[in-house]
Parts: sequence; structure tokens; C-alpha cells
Amino acid sequence: MSEENKLPDPSKLKEEILAKYPPKIARKRAKSMVINDPKLDQEIQSNVRTIPGIITQRGCTYAGCKGVVLGPTRDIVNLVHGPIGCSFYAWLTRRNQTDPGTDGDNFMNYCFSTDMQDDNIVFGGEKKLAQAIQEAYDIFKPKAIGVFSTCPVGLIGDDVHAVSRQMKEKLGDCNVFGFSCEGYKGVSQSAGHHIANNQLFRHVIGLDDTKPTGKYNINLLGEYNIGGDGFEIDRIFQKCGINIICTFSGNSTMDKFANSHMADLNLVMCHRSINYMAEMQETKFGIPWMKVNLIGAESTAKALRKVGEYFEDEALKARIEEVIAEEMPSVKERAAKALEKTDGKVAMLFVGGSRAHHYQELFNELGMKTVSAGYEFGHRDDYEGRKVLPTIKVDADSRNIEEIKVEADPEKFNPRSTEEKLKELDEKGLEVSDYKGMMPDMADQSLIVDDITHWETEKLIEFYKPDVFCAGIKEKYVVQKTGIPLKQLHSYDYGGPYAGFEGAKNFYADIEKILSTTIWKKIKAPWTDKAAADTCICAEFVA
Amino acid sequence: MLLRHTPKEVADRKALTINPAKTCQPIGAMYAALGVHGCLPHSHGSQGCCSYHRSALTRHYKDPIMAGTSSFTEGSSVFGGQSNLLAALTNMFTIYNPDLVAIHSTCLSETIGDDLAQIVKKATDDGKVPEGKKVIYCNTPSYVGSHITGFSNMCCGIVKGLVEHTGVAKDQVNILPGWVEPSDMKEMKRIAKDMGIKFVMFPDTDGVVDTPQTGKFEMYPAGGAKIEDIATAGDSIKTLACGSWASEDAAKLLDGNFKVPYEVLDIPVGLSATDRYVQALASAAKISIPASFITERGRLVDVISDMSQYLYGKKVAIFGDPDQLIPLTEFLLDLDMIPTHIVSGTPGKRFEKKIKELCAEKAPNVNVKNGERADMFLMHQWIKNEPVDLLIGNTYGKYIARDEDIPFVRYGFPIVDRIGHSYFPTVGYNGGIRLLEKMLGAIMDKIDRDAPETKFELVM
Repeated sequence: MSEENKLPDPSKLKEEILAKYPPKIARKRAKSMVINDPKLDQEIQSNVRTIPGIITQRGCTYAGCKGVVLGPTRDIVNLVHGPIGCSFYAWLTRRNQTDPGTDGDNFMNYCFSTDMQDDNIVFGGEKKLAQAIQEAYDIFKPKAIGVFSTCPVGLIGDDVHAVSRQMKEKLGDCNVFGFSCEGYKGVSQSAGHHIANNQLFRHVIGLDDTKPTGKYNINLLGEYNIGGDGFEIDRIFQKCGINIICTFSGNSTMDKFANSHMADLNLVMCHRSINYMAEMQETKFGIPWMKVNLIGAESTAKALRKVGEYFEDEALKARIEEVIAEEMPSVKERAAKALEKTDGKVAMLFVGGSRAHHYQELFNELGMKTVSAGYEFGHRDDYEGRKVLPTIKVDADSRNIEEIKVEADPEKFNPRSTEEKLKELDEKGLEVSDYKGMMPDMADQSLIVDDITHWETEKLIEFYKPDVFCAGIKEKYVVQKTGIPLKQLHSYDYGGPYAGFEGAKNFYADIEKILSTTIWKKIKAPWTDKAAADTCICAEFVA
Repeated sequence: MLLRHTPKEVADRKALTINPAKTCQPIGAMYAALGVHGCLPHSHGSQGCCSYHRSALTRHYKDPIMAGTSSFTEGSSVFGGQSNLLAALTNMFTIYNPDLVAIHSTCLSETIGDDLAQIVKKATDDGKVPEGKKVIYCNTPSYVGSHITGFSNMCCGIVKGLVEHTGVAKDQVNILPGWVEPSDMKEMKRIAKDMGIKFVMFPDTDGVVDTPQTGKFEMYPAGGAKIEDIATAGDSIKTLACGSWASEDAAKLLDGNFKVPYEVLDIPVGLSATDRYVQALASAAKISIPASFITERGRLVDVISDMSQYLYGKKVAIFGDPDQLIPLTEFLLDLDMIPTHIVSGTPGKRFEKKIKELCAEKAPNVNVKNGERADMFLMHQWIKNEPVDLLIGNTYGKYIARDEDIPFVRYGFPIVDRIGHSYFPTVGYNGGIRLLEKMLGAIMDKIDRDAPETKFELVM
């Protein structure tokens, strides 16, 4: 990192932010705000309890489990056991696209709930749950029903797993399984991802040993087909001749999950939400995994080349180069046009557990500087890289989230590669079983903030005056009221796809659009803008 | 088809809700709390609740929705949420400096039995509520009632926490507007003002969730009912409670605690309900209705009479909240339309009774259900059995509208795919014209779309 790339020192900003907090809170928040020095190994406090009342972006474990990981699977009835709200708020709000064809099963447009009432809280809700499962089965005949626990379910002690087991037995041809994803567990959505991974692994993965027909068979993990990202990725991989058996979990089906252990490689997109699955599949079935980023045209090309390297197949490598050569010119052309508006502009990203990192690639391609970023529910490894995993202290909140003990499957374990080979690939930069985290990729003196609060958001905007701020729906209009456009990176502001080559073009166009939108320059009424008012008076006088 | 698995045959369900026509209490409490100026709503529960409610309200209003959460962990769920709430209060007052924090509970804090009254008392006793600041609260267990119940409970919380009894009678009317849009509250106030009536309205989200773009974010926007004005509600001559589900309990409290008599009205949606609103205001304030209202009313009547051929005999399905659906049903009947299917997830026995009474003469075969499992899935099945010409309800209705090719008017909560509800009221005579415009627009767009070229009309 050269001196000229060094960003302005935010130490005073950090002090000012902390000065407002009660002393205990200031001490805690200080550890979650790091002035980045990519040359150093710096620790950032993350995946810890949110301070009550601080106004956080975070959601709950249920949201991470039902909303994020299982939400995009179309042929499972996701039945939420709880009062009505939890199911209602997760109903179609995450924009996971799916393509069931003209007659395939698709329950994603439906919202299922046991709508618990006070007598269910007092006397228990298991009977109602069993009845609801029966009714869902009778009406929809799904091949699977997932049961999601909400806060009161855990508190009153309803055993969703026992009910699911009984109903699975009773129904015979429907895979019923539960998730103990009560909202109070863990410290954010993150715990819910883990719980979802565990239960999919336990109840679905490995059920179908059908040998895949493709030559290069992979899974794509941690890609949720928001705004059609997965469709664009499918297009590119198909074009390269790479067969994606299953995407976890964009546009997914239960059958694809069940067959996913037959892949020869797992690509991990969103490390935070799905690394558990990658690790468990490696241990049990011998499938290696590597971290990729399919956000950004260059990183998409890089990811494809990694796959080529992994399979060590010259024909595949050649095909990948052909595809990249075919796709890149129009991407470059679109970028060149956008750069006229975007070059040198400033971005900030506070979102997710991977997106705040991934999207910096796209901003780089637009010549934009990311001055500050952070995750909503990331862990230290997402910031600092997996090398810190052994040193992460497991606190009480994380200890309560189950770690499945996984062993090599006596029959299905089949190491796809050797340790030496994988090591060699890793040394080539393939990030085999590894993720280097966000901080090494960020500029010197950029400010990294975990679980950013509203107060910090306000102060950061004041200090950096970014040209675009990236976050979610709750932050959208708060930030925009300050006169700065906000790009939603959960919902893409109902646009997208942003992944892959076509996605990059869409993103360039959308950021160009945001930065060229006239209205931001017309916020002040002409008569309150002194310079403009003077001109106006002068003009009148001259006339 | 988007809802391809919805069968025509209606099977009785005893436990499963599919595509609800309601959501849970706390979001209503949060919305009501936003209707007090300088208030920071606070959700006492797991942080997901707060996040979901803020997101849902933000999508509906496309405006900042600020609120705090107690961010329960597994530990707080076992040992109680007192320390989380005390910490939250300290942090919110220190960092965000609200005049008022309005706490609502969640299914989590209710199930473990957190006592909000005791915790708030402790916060006050321990000096965690700064001088001149206030904390109010209400219980909103998500497993009782619906979002409307939560709104009603926070209205009661406002009465309990903010209304004072000075003993000096005030020549003013309390208006409880019910869960309506900021535009509706503005219009209900405009009507009262134009009649020359002094009033206190709360909650009042006008100027809170429809704020202007000024280049500056205001955590506490200019709008909202002022705490000092709400304080005087105990001295008013009368309370007009609009919407029995959302406003009656708070009106009863004002009566019980401060001897302010009340009258429950429908939300003034459509011709007849607006007639009653205007007359009730006039009679409460003991004034006669200004002539300008004859003109206002006459405009609505004029539009109806001009366009009635497109409305007469058309079947309509509506879903949403009881306080809206009742006057809307009456309006449809005034338009000679036929309310055909009506569902609301919000419970309350008097709903079905009231709808059946209204429809007895002109639409005796109306399908109506509310409460548990009175959901959009059932309504869709009813529609498959008896098709309708118009569907009115929140954004989720667009899936049914598209599958069944039914003209669709967005109305109610939430509307997350169109704008307008923040700015253009559907209450009062003017609001009636807007509703009509939308209904006619939807119906006539379909006529235009489907007309063979030979029958395509220029003038309609």
C-alpha cells in the first residue's frame, strides 16, 4: 500500500464517536472499531452481543436460519412455529428468485405459520404443530417440511424435533425436520446460518448417491440468488462446461441438496453463512472447498480460473479462458462508460457477513475507494482471515450453538484430492480451505466497524461524506435524508443480478445512475441557497 | 402461476395459517409510538423483532423508522430482561436523547414474564430516566390479537403515561384516528380545523413517517403529537375514537381515568362514514357544519354518480384490518358494488356480525371470516369458487391478482411496491375520491386492455 493510497486518519473521528457513549459502552465499542493497517495483524471484536438500546442493524437467529439459508429452496414447506409475525416478516422479503418451470413445486410465495395463540403458550404448542404439519401435507403434498422455532417455542419447551420425527414417520413420504433457531440464540443472524447448515447436513445431505452426469461437478455454497445472481452464475458455469450440482441455496431444491455430496469441489461464496457446510462435507465425504468471489468481473474470472486449476484439465482451462475472453470486452466497455462518473468517488459498506468485502471488488472496478466498511454479523475470521480461528474465544452465546461432530463416512468418504496437492493449490493462491478475510484487502487507515450503530453511521457520514453508502432497508432512508444515496446490498434496491459478468455491468450502470441522479443536487430550495439566490437577484437587477 | 398450489376446494384447517391477513402486536405498538413527537420506540425482546418491524415499516413508508431493542440473548431469556432494558434506557437517553421512550414487549419478554411496570419503576428510581424525560410502556404479546391490538395497546400506554388531569376543562375534542396513514391523520385534522374545532389528535404520524428531504436527517422529525398536548387530553370535552379495534380501549381509559366521554366511530372511509365523522365532530364541539362541507361532500357524490355505471354490481374481495374493512364495505355498498369475500386476521367476534349486518340487504351471500386462519389463502380459494371483479388489500394481494387476472387496488398495510399512501389520504370526502380514482383506474385499465379493437373506447 503506497502512501498516497493512505486514507485520512480517522483516529479523531473514533474518539468523537466514543466520547458520546457511557464509559463502559465506549470501552466495548472501541474494540469493534479498527483503523486498518493491512501490514499488521489487528484484532477486531465481532460476533459479540449487541449493546441494548444502541440501535443496531442486526436481526435474529431465526432470520438467519429461515430467512437466509432455507428461504431460497422452493420445494420445501417452511412452517414457522410461533406467533404470526415471524413468518409474516420473512414472507417474500428477501428477493430469492427461483425457477420452478411451469409445473414444478414452488412454495416460496406462500407463508406458513402455526399462528400460536396464548393457550398454545400456556398449554404447549406441539399438538397444534403436528396438526399444522398434517394439514400442510394434505393440501400441498410436499416432499419436505421444515419446522422453524421462534422465541416462545424454546421457552415453553415445545420439542419441534420430536414432533417432526413423529410426523415424518407418520407421513412416510415427506422429510420433516426441525430447526431450533429461536431468535434469542446467538448474537445475530449468524447463529441461524449455523443451525440451518447443521440440520440440512443431518437430514438431507447424502440421501441421493446418483452419480452426476457432468465432467466437472461442483457445488456453489453461500449464494442465494438474490436478484437472480445465481442464474447469472449458472449461465457462466454452464458456458464453461462446469456442472453445478447444487447451489446452497439459491434456486435450490431438496433433491439437489440430497445429491450435493457427489460433487468434486465446493466453492464458497458467502463464507460466513455456509463455511460449516463446506467443512462438514469435506470431513464426511472428502470434498475440498475453496473460497471464491463471484461479485466483480475480475474476481469472477479469477474464480473460474481457480476451478480450472483445481481440476488440472487443459481443455477446461482453455474453455474458461475462451469464456472470459468472450465476456470481458462488453464488461470493460460498460465499465469505461461508468468510470466517467464513478472514478475517484468514495463508498462505504456496512452489510452482511461477506457482502461488505465482496462488493469492494465492484467498487474497485469503478475506480471508487472504500473508505470504511464492516459486517452486520461477521466473525473475526471474516475480517482477519481463517488463520485466527484457533485463537477465537468461544463465549457463552456461541457455545450454545451446536457444533456437529462429523467423521468420515465409512462408505461415502472419497477424498477428491491429496493433502499435498491441496497444499500446492493453496500456495498458488487458490484459498483452499481458507479465507483471508476483508481487512487485508482494505486500504491503510480505512476504518473497519463491526455491528455499526446508528450514531456511528451518522458520524462516519459526516466525516467521510461518501458518494454512496451501502447497507440495508433500515438504513436506506436514514442515510438518504442526509443527501447521500444508499445502495441496498441485501435487496439490491430491487435490481440485479450483480454477480458474474452481466451482473457487474448491471452494477456499474446502477452506480453510474445513482451518482448521476439530478435530484441530489436540488435538495435545497433555490431561495435558501445563498449563492443561487444572489445570482437570481443580480439577474433580476440586470434585467 | 405464482400461487400454483392453491386448490379450489376449501378444506377445513384447524392449525395451519397460510398467507396471513395480519401480523403481530409489537409492530403496531411501534407505529403508534412514532406518532408522539420526540419519541423513540423500544422493543423489549430479541433484536430480530425490532429489525423486522423497522424493516416492514420502512418498506411501507420509505422513510426512516428509528427504534431501539433490548437485544435479548439466551442468558436474558433465562434470567429475565431487566438488566438489558435498564442498559437500553441509559444508552438511548445518553446517545439519542429522546424526550420519550415508548417500550413495548414481545412474545419473548411476555413468555418469560418480564414486568415492564416494575422495570420502568426501577429505572426511574435508579435515576436512569433523566429529568424531564419520560418512559411509557405497554404489553404486546405477539400471540394475542394482531398488529392492530398492538397499536391499540400503545394508544392505551400513551393515555396511561402521558395524559394528566388538571381539572381545568378545555374546549377541545380528542381524536383517536386509529391505525391510518399520516396522510389520513392530516386529512382528519384538516377537516376538524376547517370546522373550526380545537382538538388533540394522538397518535399522529403526520410529519414523522412522511418527512421531507432537506439534506439533514432528523432523528425526531417535526411531526407527531406533542407530549404537552397529549397531557391535556384528560381535560377535553369528548373523545372521538375512530375504529373500534384500534381506538376504543384508549377512549375507554380516558373515560375511566379522566371522565372524558367517548364515542366510537368508524374510520371516515367513504361517504357514509365521513358523514358520521363530520357530524360527530360538529356535535361534540356543539357547532354547525360549515357550508364548505356540502361542497366537499358534493364532489364525492358527483364523482360517484358520474361513474356509477362502471361500479354497479361489480363483485369485490377485500382483506386487511377490521377498522378499515367495515367502512370500506359500507362504501362499496354505497357504490352499489357487491362485497363478496372479506377476510381479516385480526380477531373480534363483532366483525363478522357487523359485516353481515351491513351486507344483509344488498350482498346477503357475502363470505366473511376473521381471526385465526382467516387468511389470504382462504380468500384466494373463495375467489376461485366465486370470481370477483376487483381485489382491494395490501401488496401481498398482487400474487392473487396476477394469477386470477383481477384488477387490484393497494390499500392497507403494508404497501411495499407503490407510493402515495403517505401523501394522499383515503379518508374524508377527498379521500373517497382518491379511492374511487384508484378503483376506477384498475377496473377501466382492464376494460381497455381486454377490449377488442372494434370496441376500444376513447371516451369512458
